[in-house]
Amino acid sequence: MAIGRQGTGSSPAAGLLQRPQGTSGIASWLTTVDHKRLGILYILTSMTFLGLASVEAFIIRLQLAAPNQQLVSPDVYNQLFTMHGLTMVFLAIMPLGTGFANYFVPLMIGARDLAFPRLNAFGYWIYALGGLFVYTSFFLGGAPDAGWFAYAPLTSLSNNPGNGIDFYMIGLFIGGIGTLVTAMNLIVTIFSMRAPGMTMMRMPVFVWMILVTAFLIIFAFPPLTVALFQVIMDRTFGTLFYVPSAGGLPILWQHLFWIFGHPEVYIIILPAFGVISEVIPTFSRKPLFGYPVMILSGIFIGFMGFAVWSHHMFTTGLGPVANTAFSLTSFVIGIPTGVKIFNWLGTMWGGAIRFATPMVYALAFLFMFVIGGITGIMLAMPPFDAQANSTYFVVAHFHYVMGGGALFAFLAGLYYWFPKMTGKMFSDRWALASFWFFFIGFNMIFMPQHFAGLMGMPRRIQTYDAGLGLEIWNLVSTAGTFVMGVGMIMIVLGFVHAFRSGEPAEDDPWDARTLEWSTSSPPPHHNFDEQPIATDRDAWWAKKYPDLAHADDGSAYEGIDFDAGGIHMPGQSWYPFLLSFAVFIGGYGVMYDNWPLAILMGLVVVASTYGWAFEGVGGHHVHPRSSAQEGAGD
Amino acid sequence: MAGQAPSVGAPAPAQSHGWRSSTLPDTKLLMWIFLASDVMFFGTLIGTYLIYKGRSIVGPYPLDVLDIPLTTVSTFVLLMSSFLMVIALHALRQGNIPGFRLWTFGVAFFGAIFLGFQVYEFRHFVELGLTLDRNLFGTTFFVLTGTHGVHVAIGVLWLLSIVVASYVRPQHWQAKDATYLEVAGLYWHFVDIVWIVIFTLVYLVDFI
Amino acid sequence: MPMTQWLRRAAFLVGGMLLLGGCEFTGLQSTLDPAGPIAQAQHDLLIWSYQLSWIVMIATFGVMAYVLIRFRRRRDDPDRIPAQFHGSAPLEIGLTIVPVLIVIAVAVPTVRTIFATETRVTPEAGDVIVNVTGYQWWWRFEYPELGVVTANELHIPAGRRVILNLDSADVLHSFWVPRLAGKRDLIPNQNNQLWIEAPDPGTYYGQCAELCLGAHAYMKFRVIAESDAEFEAWADSFQTVDSRAVQADPDVQQGYQLFATKGCTNCHTVQGYRDGSSVGTPDFPNLTNFGLRTTLAAGIVPNDRENLEAWLRDPQAVKPGNYMPALWQEDDPNADEEIAAIASYLLSLGAQSGPEAQASLGGSHGDR
Repeated sequence: MAIGRQGTGSSPAAGLLQRPQGTSGIASWLTTVDHKRLGILYILTSMTFLGLASVEAFIIRLQLAAPNQQLVSPDVYNQLFTMHGLTMVFLAIMPLGTGFANYFVPLMIGARDLAFPRLNAFGYWIYALGGLFVYTSFFLGGAPDAGWFAYAPLTSLSNNPGNGIDFYMIGLFIGGIGTLVTAMNLIVTIFSMRAPGMTMMRMPVFVWMILVTAFLIIFAFPPLTVALFQVIMDRTFGTLFYVPSAGGLPILWQHLFWIFGHPEVYIIILPAFGVISEVIPTFSRKPLFGYPVMILSGIFIGFMGFAVWSHHMFTTGLGPVANTAFSLTSFVIGIPTGVKIFNWLGTMWGGAIRFATPMVYALAFLFMFVIGGITGIMLAMPPFDAQANSTYFVVAHFHYVMGGGALFAFLAGLYYWFPKMTGKMFSDRWALASFWFFFIGFNMIFMPQHFAGLMGMPRRIQTYDAGLGLEIWNLVSTAGTFVMGVGMIMIVLGFVHAFRSGEPAEDDPWDARTLEWSTSSPPPHHNFDEQPIATDRDAWWAKKYPDLAHADDGSAYEGIDFDAGGIHMPGQSWYPFLLSFAVFIGGYGVMYDNWPLAILMGLVVVASTYGWAFEGVGGHHVHPRSSAQEGAGD
Repeated sequence: MAGQAPSVGAPAPAQSHGWRSSTLPDTKLLMWIFLASDVMFFGTLIGTYLIYKGRSIVGPYPLDVLDIPLTTVSTFVLLMSSFLMVIALHALRQGNIPGFRLWTFGVAFFGAIFLGFQVYEFRHFVELGLTLDRNLFGTTFFVLTGTHGVHVAIGVLWLLSIVVASYVRPQHWQAKDATYLEVAGLYWHFVDIVWIVIFTLVYLVDFI
Repeated sequence: MPMTQWLRRAAFLVGGMLLLGGCEFTGLQSTLDPAGPIAQAQHDLLIWSYQLSWIVMIATFGVMAYVLIRFRRRRDDPDRIPAQFHGSAPLEIGLTIVPVLIVIAVAVPTVRTIFATETRVTPEAGDVIVNVTGYQWWWRFEYPELGVVTANELHIPAGRRVILNLDSADVLHSFWVPRLAGKRDLIPNQNNQLWIEAPDPGTYYGQCAELCLGAHAYMKFRVIAESDAEFEAWADSFQTVDSRAVQADPDVQQGYQLFATKGCTNCHTVQGYRDGSSVGTPDFPNLTNFGLRTTLAAGIVPNDRENLEAWLRDPQAVKPGNYMPALWQEDDPNADEEIAAIASYLLSLGAQSGPEAQASLGGSHGDR
């Protein structure tokens, strides 16, 4: 809602809040609009939530190590697995991808920030505060306990009094706003802010995957928002959306949730595919095999992702025709995924493969994602799914694709881009050692769970009987958590050590292919001293090795001074944080039926919006020392 | 391919800074994308209404409460407001500032009249016994039309703010700034189109 | 780094060995040990897809292993940049066709099996019809044509089709007896249907497979398939209930009185408890012929005196979260005697049904 306009300076327009100028200290972080700082905030916050979710998982596995244990009560156990799923999906893995997108999309397309920097900041803060909101539930009467997909009517006020479910509904509602605005921001950025010469078909595949992901978010989140809103209305105002005695249909919640929920997993995995599509070419020293096919398959997966949702509902009695339809679409979606695997292998074929840590994680991703994909195809058969649904077989499947797939891919990205973000190198030997603990532990945890499920172990039970043949699988699975835990700790320690005392990293330590490597490590605030020009796909590689690429000579842009008058950088602002904070407090108002508080916070939101608008775009101009760096980044 | 540079985009449109690879202004593109998400949002609410249609266990039922003639009037008012929006945008593009202010105010005014009709209608329904928690019709009807009403209210507030802003900072509301009004107009037209769909599916379908 | 691919190969072999051995996958709730036609068809699909998946894995991981060895960076030429080829349309097309073929190979038997096992059926002569209602945290089984209402133990005639009409009285549940059939959800207002068939007599274990909070982990059931004669005798035992016969034993008589005075009749129905009027409500487990049941508290412990008394004394200890209240204070001096009496009474229910019915069950009853 831009009523305001570019300011000629940083005028404190509406007189409400001055634009801060400092670059250090807490205030500078609260008011930052720099996509790189926000990217780091996303990554650190999501890693924190990943840690919390891992603790929850650890307790779950301890409880399940042997039959008939009573380490935690059923009530606490339900909260643990609900929060574990919610945290991993919404607060850890998806925002990790968002963090990488935030940091690297502008750099990869040769831009200096996102299209709407303050909106970007708002997206981060409302995510962080939404996550915090959900976690305060542990201290305010109990966390949500109906599973991460919260099936109605288990979430009704009569079936679930207490505030846990409200924390779920309101918290995700709040966090979802952030996801939506960031997706919009990224789409505008990718369409409108690409470097001269960078056509769509010259963009890095990571950027393409983010673009497709952003469109998925645009279309998938609103149904979730509506469903959450409906349950909030049911619980707060007595509406009848999911009240069976009034004719309400619990299955409607499942449809709406999965119309969101299935695209959500593609929202998670497509950026991961994008990371792999950057790492494998770099460490094979060859371009990505089949670039147009990789893009097309990504788009096709995104599109088909909306056509498979009821494969989560095969046991709900939809009927053979519906089950057949969704089964076929679920099979079909495996095809472009398989094509991607072949293209990654084709990239490595004929290459000169370096087994640096990012590549090792990428290879582990390939291995585990194929396994997860295979069990996915199995689950796409409704008759088999009738046995496997809601058992540990499904748990094993999605951990292989989300953990073995997305998490490992993002770890590859973290190692790949760590030198760029921090300017420090990590120890490859330590990283590889931690990899082995992490990888072996991961497989120890989740491979046995396939069998536990096949032997008849449903999910979401806090204990199981002896004599069903489940003991060995659960014991090995729990043992794996210790191995993986060691790996996790080693990974964290490795990064901390590298950040504090690692060797300084070069601009381009991997001899990579995309534009982020053409600038310093870490990049300056304005990203590039000179506006980069793309002369081919893999624009940086084409600059370094013009003979190896089909580069054009960039003559179309010769002589244009893109930064006449200085590089315009956006100004910091309090409003994104203030607005998020007001929404956060307002959430408590709605939760406790404290309408004065909710309305007051609503007014703060309105006032902040006006302040934001009248503050204007603001910003300042940067004159880098680029005259001394002719051909910077070559 | 060497030597050929595909020309991508154009140097900066007036509102943006730096190079742009698209001639579409950023805010306009943002609004279109937002509207795409809002289509899904209303689509879900409308879908819920349709799924629950005819499933209310107790009354009042739609035929008992809906007043087609009255709602036709309010629909017409909203449609006219969209027409005024077009005129307002045209006026601003021509540099006709007084006209722009008048017609933009008119859009908001008509929107407010529409909201007045909604308020009257809601109160009347409550008197007839249809409340949010009475039956599925009440639940789905009020949530759907209420959400739409909130969208209208936000639009009214936005347009009035634009009119006020054009007095407070006239230098920022000249013909060159028409994109900012156009973006509000896109939002307003969208809200109008959603109402057409709601009016058809909720009101007319039962009576025709 | 040959280690990487060696370890990958090793992991494969181990995994393969595990998966190839079939014998260690029998189990009371194992989907890999089918005992009915639906479970068998579902199992066959799994095995078929599993076999196809080996093709995928060998091809993919084989190529991967080859690539990682053959095309790794040479120590003697670390900065070599290999030929920068971008792709190959014929290869892409060929490689796309392979997954398409695999998908077709999986899809055809899948669709056949869907229509064979998931279509809604109309009852025919010989079918047994059961209305299943899920409650938190137990199962109500009503046989409308036979006039039987019971809980948590589903008797069926072996070799005949049983049509289950599934409904829920509260939240979502899921009816799953893995050795006989895949699961079907119990959803309020939905009226799902599942049909099962058990060719061989025996006891088949089932469990709720949709989170219903509380005592979800303890919401189990048993399916007991028996001969036609045994099944009919069992069903008949619900028609011939005579409360007077069980009161001959003074211990049972005391239990019978306590069953009302302690408030059990407020919730639980026992057919024939009183002449002329019924007790209990349908919202709680029907205890008619309780003595014939092989388990208690929804399939979680065997129905014998020891377990029954433990249950009566402290239901929460046996099944945390369930709705049955504790009826005796810890220091209640009458508790032991009353619990023993009520247990005697409950275990006597069904004794009047005749030796044939009792003999058919083969479950543990303990002493009475």
